[in-house]
Amino acid sequence: MSAPDLPLWAAILVSFFLVAGALVTLLGSIGLWRLPDFYARLHAPSLGATLGTGLILVASMICFSVLQGRPLVHEVLIGLFVTITTPVTLMLLASASLYRDRVEGNDAAPKKDPPPTEL
Amino acid sequence: MSVAILGWSITLAQVLLTLAMACAVLRFMRGPRAQDRIIGLDTFYVNAMLLLVTLGIRSGATLYFEAALVIGLLGFVGTVALAKFLMRGEVIE
Amino acid sequence: MTRLKRVLPYPLLFLALLGMWLLMTQSLSAGQILLGAVIAFGGCWTMVALDPPAGRLRRPGAMARLAGRVFLDVFRSNLAVGSIILGSEDRRTHAGFMSLRLDLTSPYGLAVLAIILTCTPGTQWVRYDPSRRVLMLHVLDLVDDRHWVRTIKERYESLLMEIFE
Repeated sequence: MSAPDLPLWAAILVSFFLVAGALVTLLGSIGLWRLPDFYARLHAPSLGATLGTGLILVASMICFSVLQGRPLVHEVLIGLFVTITTPVTLMLLASASLYRDRVEGNDAAPKKDPPPTEL
Repeated sequence: MSVAILGWSITLAQVLLTLAMACAVLRFMRGPRAQDRIIGLDTFYVNAMLLLVTLGIRSGATLYFEAALVIGLLGFVGTVALAKFLMRGEVIE
Repeated sequence: MTRLKRVLPYPLLFLALLGMWLLMTQSLSAGQILLGAVIAFGGCWTMVALDPPAGRLRRPGAMARLAGRVFLDVFRSNLAVGSIILGSEDRRTHAGFMSLRLDLTSPYGLAVLAIILTCTPGTQWVRYDPSRRVLMLHVLDLVDDRHWVRTIKERYESLLMEIFE
């Protein structure tokens, strides 16, 4: 079990964020397996991509800042990158799938857009 | 003491993330349609990236950060190209 | 001001690119700042060649409020979607499509709204029709679609219109 030698408070904090992030990510991936159809499954990966990534990156930030004795926040870049790219891939997949379902004429997607809901 | 706590929780996180990757692979193999496979692949990439960040915490080296960033980038480009392919049947228009 | 614009067309983009470079290299030495400034400068002029539509950013207070709300909502919707995933078969089959009319027209505002809606698990942006100004969404927990319309319009759209229009 090799691990960096942190003070106890930092070790507990890093462990908490790390395990919580991994759990949220696992939950999202389980959703990918359990949810019934493609459009519902589209919601599952964003669990890992938002909260899961965020928690693990916070753990990494605390760990390296304590290790090197100065604030080290370059993990923000990964967070920024994932926040910007995940919506792009998911939106592209959603519209590609809608297009395919409509061309094939199967009933996974509605034939017409639903009418706008008015308040 | 603190090394033991951190070591065990890193191992636990690695096991959880590997299970998450296994779920994504299952979806990738099961399908049933091409878009389901692509979303499985995309999730697999994100989980692999997080696993690398975890590995970086274990080793205490910031080197893994670059690797994680590159994996994220590859996953993004790959998924966008595949989604584009599903829509039109070709990648470059 | 106009002279600054002539040399440096996008000052905010310049600062963002410079900040990204310094984060990536993890150092604040004069050499890295200089190199980062050169790269950011090149990036700004590449942006001029791309000629993006004009937009403006206002009200930092509204931005901070929006960021706070999104942070909170990401947290809450993660919990909600997590409980749906682990819940019974019955709870997992309420998903459906819905549409709503948007008053927001700024392309940057719409882009930010798309990121917000897709990043919060439970709502997924599917398609926006600019001629009718209608947005089509997929919602995982579609029991009351008016609730979602109200959430999106009151929590996000009003603030986005303050910021971008």
